[in-house]
Amino acid sequence: MKKVTVREIAQTCGFSVLAGADALDRQADRVFCCDLLSFVMGRAPADSAWITVMGNVNAVAVAVLADTACIILAENAVLDGEARSRAEGQGVPVLGSPHPIFDTGLLIQRMLED
Amino acid sequence: MEKVIYDLHTHSALSPCGDNDMTVNNMLNMAVLNGIQVMAITDHNSCKNCPAAMEVAKELPIDLIPGMELCTSEEVHVVCLFPELERAMAFDAYVHDHLPAVENRPEIFGEQRILNASDEIIGYEPYLLINATTISIEETVPLVRRFGGICYPAHIDKSSTSVFSNLGYFSADWGFSAVEIVSRDNIPQLAAQIPGFEDLLVLHSSDAHYLWDISQGENFLFCNNFRHTLGLY
Repeated sequence: MKKVTVREIAQTCGFSVLAGADALDRQADRVFCCDLLSFVMGRAPADSAWITVMGNVNAVAVAVLADTACIILAENAVLDGEARSRAEGQGVPVLGSPHPIFDTGLLIQRMLED
Repeated sequence: MEKVIYDLHTHSALSPCGDNDMTVNNMLNMAVLNGIQVMAITDHNSCKNCPAAMEVAKELPIDLIPGMELCTSEEVHVVCLFPELERAMAFDAYVHDHLPAVENRPEIFGEQRILNASDEIIGYEPYLLINATTISIEETVPLVRRFGGICYPAHIDKSSTSVFSNLGYFSADWGFSAVEIVSRDNIPQLAAQIPGFEDLLVLHSSDAHYLWDISQGENFLFCNNFRHTLGLY
């Protein structure tokens, strides 16, 4: 499957970089959408671009555990301060999208299928 | 009526996010220094540091209530308090059976230390405690009551793991008779969103994860019997 870097996702889709600017070369090969962290933990594929509205510290921990390529906060959901410092510390890129979850995922899916 | 200073929401080193300096002796002695008269230890989905804490509290001028911060299937946090240790530990066993069998990864989430009354580590909880249980919010009040305890939704005005952040509403059908709020400034807005808000007991606690977060006397109730006011008998 085609892979895109988190940097390419941010640039092509117009998403802002909320944290983890040093880790934008990480590659993603699929999209995963879910908000319930206990579900994400067991189901998010490694190297996925995980889209959620959960911008708290536990979301960052779950991204590390599941080894997702990044977190993308849809709907302009807020990344809180504790989560931002955890993401910086763990090198987890976090992007911000103004679009709803489905539309955010669709933009990335189109890049992967291009 | 007397003024009772309380802190009913604190995390020990058993919670993965709780600082390892949050030992039972450190917490209780800090609380006493801060003038707290009634305290609860409410780790995520576990009461396993309550036995040690109860033992320590016997020697201190403080009333320790064994408790837990339950994470419902909706990932809403609910503070659960019990009149005595035995009931809390029975509830602890029930909740443990309703936790997903996901092992903690201490390097990611933090250690989950089980302590004795001398603050020595006597074990580690293997399952990740911050996970959602399979217990839904509708079940909590009758369930906790069955174990002789009371419960109420935690930090309802917080932007994550609260009834409003995760469900978007507050239902009188859930049967809660109290709520925990983070900021009194949010009371007018909450009163508009919660049916029967004026009948609810509004509590405010520290949700301390570090020793310096423990309340310093700012949270109190005027009552004749604090435990009875909460519904603990």
